[in-house]
Amino acid sequence: MLEVRGLEVHYGGICAVRGVDLDVAAGEKVALIGANGAGKTSTLKAIARMLPARGSVKLEGEAIEHAPPHTLVRKGFALVPEGRGVFARLSVLENLEMGAYVRDDKAAIEADIERVFGLLPRLKERAGQTAGTLSGGEQQMVAIGRALMSRPRLLLLDEPSMGLSPIMVDTVFDVIRQVVQDGVTLLLVEQNARLALSLCDRGCVMDGGEITLTAPATELLDNPAVRAAYLGE
Amino acid sequence: MSADPKLKARLGIALIGVALAVLPFVVGATFGNSWVRIVDFALLYIMLALGLNIVVGFAGLLDLGYIAFYAVGAYLYALLSSPHLATAFPALFAVAPGWPVWAVLPLGALVAGLFGVMLGAPTLKLRGDYLAIVTLGFGEIIRIFLNNLNAPANITNGPQGINNIAAAQIGGHALNRPLELFGVMVPGVHLQYYFFLALTLLVVFVCVRLQDSRLGRAWVAIREDEVAARACGINTRNVKLLAFGLGATFGGVAGGLFAGFQGFVSPESFGLLESVMVLCMVVLGGMGHIPGVILGAVLLALLPEALRWGAVPVQQSLFGKVLIDPESLRLLLFGIALVVVMRWRPAGLWPSALRKRELAAHGEAA
Repeated sequence: MLEVRGLEVHYGGICAVRGVDLDVAAGEKVALIGANGAGKTSTLKAIARMLPARGSVKLEGEAIEHAPPHTLVRKGFALVPEGRGVFARLSVLENLEMGAYVRDDKAAIEADIERVFGLLPRLKERAGQTAGTLSGGEQQMVAIGRALMSRPRLLLLDEPSMGLSPIMVDTVFDVIRQVVQDGVTLLLVEQNARLALSLCDRGCVMDGGEITLTAPATELLDNPAVRAAYLGE
Repeated sequence: MSADPKLKARLGIALIGVALAVLPFVVGATFGNSWVRIVDFALLYIMLALGLNIVVGFAGLLDLGYIAFYAVGAYLYALLSSPHLATAFPALFAVAPGWPVWAVLPLGALVAGLFGVMLGAPTLKLRGDYLAIVTLGFGEIIRIFLNNLNAPANITNGPQGINNIAAAQIGGHALNRPLELFGVMVPGVHLQYYFFLALTLLVVFVCVRLQDSRLGRAWVAIREDEVAARACGINTRNVKLLAFGLGATFGGVAGGLFAGFQGFVSPESFGLLESVMVLCMVVLGGMGHIPGVILGAVLLALLPEALRWGAVPVQQSLFGKVLIDPESLRLLLFGIALVVVMRWRPAGLWPSALRKRELAAHGEAA
């Protein structure tokens, strides 16, 4: 589904991502883990065309590295950006509606809103409230719900646990688990390696802008080096 | 028994319509026709504030050079409706151009819109303070050009400005002349009022429609979070350029009306303070909320005139002499008003329901 070759990101003279190759098969759930500054978010942003980058990115065989970022939604791409990026002064419902911005099938949008509310009942309770007044976890749910509104085939999630209390992190991950159950392909960037690996099929460990290790998630959870470096054991 | 809300709304609209229709006569009879002139200016400011509201209120792009578009519209009207070009370039213009108003105003809107896009294009990646500085510079550049484009070729007549601009003509009648209608003498300022009012209503209508449109929602989205807006599939570049362009369009129309109304334009009408004034109308009234912006524009347009009219007698009666010149008092009160409003009504005098809802939600949480 997603094929990344030789991805490079530079900030001024600093090279944040150096030649990343990454494949995500349809329906697969892949976690990108690593320490702060390893280049995870830069990789994800570069794939979503939110950052200028070198290298090739293919979505279902179609080269997208020169496609303007706003056209990716139509191709089945949905990014939940770092820091959630909810539209703070719009209501929860309006946020979800913005997620369907490129769609014009009104009846189906209504149905999808109900579907998202079914997945995230908390949002239904708060439908009329402005997103900026929600808690961090609820905002994360809004961001995920909004991404789902475009009916993505590939979901890119950037640090969904950031800034959340441990209980809220579990809730948000339960939500993600439910969301990806119906076959959405997932690329997840996450510092909480244990949670990310427990959710995903495969993990890629990033360090110094490179992917140093790729293995099935269960294997990584047992890998002594990974355990020592990222699982705090 | 409660009245049908639809009927109530229609009744309200009818009442407002009647009030707006008789307003110049009431004001003219009570305060004199110079006050009708002030009301005319208030209408121009409403158009300007609504135009700036698209850029600042809807799309969240802080623009401190908005008056430049007003200047573009005004000078375009001036050049096309005055003998200036014929005097300055007799070889090119055998007779003075006298374009009809229905052609000049749309042209002014178009040219101002192009200037808006010209300002928007290089500033796409800027936000907040940085954008404000660049737009401020843009406004000054336009003003300085107008001030200096009298040499080598005398296009704008420099600091002296352009004189003898023909008033707008509708149906062969120049709006600065009185017209006898059904035996009633309607003064020129009243005619201008109705002309401005019609265009203001058009601008309000366009703004309301824009706000509820797909484009309006896209503006709000980029105001709230640009990355997320892009991730939702919004072409942020085009949407921003449209905000600058459409906002500038209203400025251009208002500028054309101003030139025809005054009969004279000069660069000093388009200084930074004017840009700030229009921005204050937007902020004071309630950014992004059309009725609020209209209220802000009316208040700030009337305030200096009310002071000019009231400050001298009040000081005379209190102190026996005039201590502070009304003109300096104007800026002082202006500043105080802003501080007070920002302290107690940070969302503006008449914020949108959404902002109110947000504050209410805060109240519940507390």
